[in-house]
Amino acid sequence: MVEAQGGRSLVVDAVTHRYPSGALAVENINLDIKGGEIIALLGPSGCGKTTLLRIIAGFIAQSQGRIIIGDDIVDALPPNRRAVGIVFQNYALFPHLSISENVGYGLAARGIDKATRQREAQRLLELVQLPAMAERLPRQLSGGQQQRVALARALAIKPSILLLDEPFAALDKNLRLDMQIEIKRLQRVSGITTLIVTHDQEEALSMADRVAVLSHGKLEQFGTPSDIYDRPQTLFVNTFVGSTNRMPGVVVSADRTAAKVRLDAGAEIIARPAAASLAEGGRVTVCIRPEHLQFVADETGFAGVVGMSLPLGATVVHEITTADGSGVKISQARIGATHALESGAAVRLAPLAPSLANAFPATL
Amino acid sequence: MGAAPASRDVTSYGMGLAAPLALFFLIFFVAPLLQLLWLSLHNDTAGLHWGLGQYLHFLTDPFSLSVLGSTLLLGAEVTAVCLALGFPIAWLYQRVGPKLQTIIILIVLLPLLTSVVVRTFAWIVILGRQGIINATLQSLGIIDTPLKLLYTQFGVVIALAQVQMPLMTLPLITALGRIDPNLDDASCSLGAGSWRTFFRIVLPLSLPGVIAGCTLTYAAAITAFITQSLIGGGQMLFMPMYLYQQASTLQNWPFASAISIIFLLAVLAVVSVFTTLGRLSRGYGGA
Repeated sequence: MVEAQGGRSLVVDAVTHRYPSGALAVENINLDIKGGEIIALLGPSGCGKTTLLRIIAGFIAQSQGRIIIGDDIVDALPPNRRAVGIVFQNYALFPHLSISENVGYGLAARGIDKATRQREAQRLLELVQLPAMAERLPRQLSGGQQQRVALARALAIKPSILLLDEPFAALDKNLRLDMQIEIKRLQRVSGITTLIVTHDQEEALSMADRVAVLSHGKLEQFGTPSDIYDRPQTLFVNTFVGSTNRMPGVVVSADRTAAKVRLDAGAEIIARPAAASLAEGGRVTVCIRPEHLQFVADETGFAGVVGMSLPLGATVVHEITTADGSGVKISQARIGATHALESGAAVRLAPLAPSLANAFPATL
Repeated sequence: MGAAPASRDVTSYGMGLAAPLALFFLIFFVAPLLQLLWLSLHNDTAGLHWGLGQYLHFLTDPFSLSVLGSTLLLGAEVTAVCLALGFPIAWLYQRVGPKLQTIIILIVLLPLLTSVVVRTFAWIVILGRQGIINATLQSLGIIDTPLKLLYTQFGVVIALAQVQMPLMTLPLITALGRIDPNLDDASCSLGAGSWRTFFRIVLPLSLPGVIAGCTLTYAAAITAFITQSLIGGGQMLFMPMYLYQQASTLQNWPFASAISIIFLLAVLAVVSVFTTLGRLSRGYGGA
């Protein structure tokens, strides 16, 4: 396995964890992460992503499966011997220690002398662009600065893996973007394998090389951001990541690459089958994202009546009521006033391309 | 406490609300204290001659000084026992489930639910010559003659430690509960073992609770008249009893007043040492 500078691979091998009550926290999770990758663990709260992070860090011993860092199975190692750096959601800086002491804490635990510790802390504080803060206490720093310190502290121990637990949740929006860029820059510089736990899909899609989507303790999909967004494998991924229109229908004919679906809304469209095979005559849910729909002038697509139009800045979202009474949203780039549609106008809609409509077997 | 009507801070209240309590303290605490000070500055029981004679008498009398010394030492011993036993309980409390927490808090609070007199008599039953400890040890054949537990320094320290334990444990539980549990994990993930985490993170951050607990326990232990007298018996004399004897039995009010003032100053000195120690540590007032 080719590794970037310092980045070690991380394998989560068939990890299952049960709570003492017997409930499953995570079930049979398999992740094969290459050295130097940024991975996002994405899912709603309670999906098991934090449990998985704590298993990798060693705070929780999984019921089954293995964690392999580099070539080492680390299951028997306690957290303090795994060399896994963690940035906590609330940063967890030691409030009674100076910034320099916080950053040097891990080095002190390794028995490194004070002069070296201070030099190294200063180097890391320069790396995170806080060179003048060494003597301050954590509470004298802003949230963004505290996060940089937490990052410097985690990097100080030269961890083989860096884990970030909801790193941007506590930051306001503008600062969040700055910190996302900052962390990506630092990750590039250090080449350290990084795992970000988040419930924020934009964060996951923008930061990560690959995204693992979790739901109810199960891995729904593990792929690149464009895989996740454009080629979702499950209905959950399609609906959780981005917004989508769910349109029920019946399969007319299907092969491995294309399925003809008669929508309840009253049209036959070609969709991409997300599951390996769709049974003819079976009920499916077709997901089409609002930005993947277009107005058509001919008789293709399905008919509807314009309800409300919401100008959202760069885009305009129209709400269309289809023949079966369900609502469909279509999002269009805003080009002058020509796209203003009157409420009650009859329109026809069709997906931009067959590959942009995903058909999933309907679950009852 | 500015009362600017334009931008009234809803969290600030007028000082007037504190006036009833202030008045109460003025009449029933400050005034008697001043009277005590006034009394102590008289050289004779009749209160005719001014002077520092009572203080000189106390400070040059080896017996009085030994009573003061043994009282302060008793406080230190009780505080040390309470801290040594209370810290693990408080630490445990923060790491167990809610059910065990309820049980622990009940055990901690239980002593407060019975009167000091009752608890002290219970200790007499436990520590006495025919008491539970001696009876058990004798029936097991470990000892032949009963151990002298009652009327000893050891007995007083043990009984006082039990009686004052909540004063130590409750502040510690509060202080430890304020420590972000992520700090433990952070320390651990940075490579620190449990001992390093305890001494570098948990202990410094719990110092406000340690200081508060020690101050309360110490002050309560050295002034615990009932427990000291009943468990200590006639052979052990501590400041509260000494004071009582001088005032009630010997009717030597000026000397008793001087003892009170000296005792008060000694306690204040010890308490301010605790507080200064707390201020010196940077964890104080933080987080």
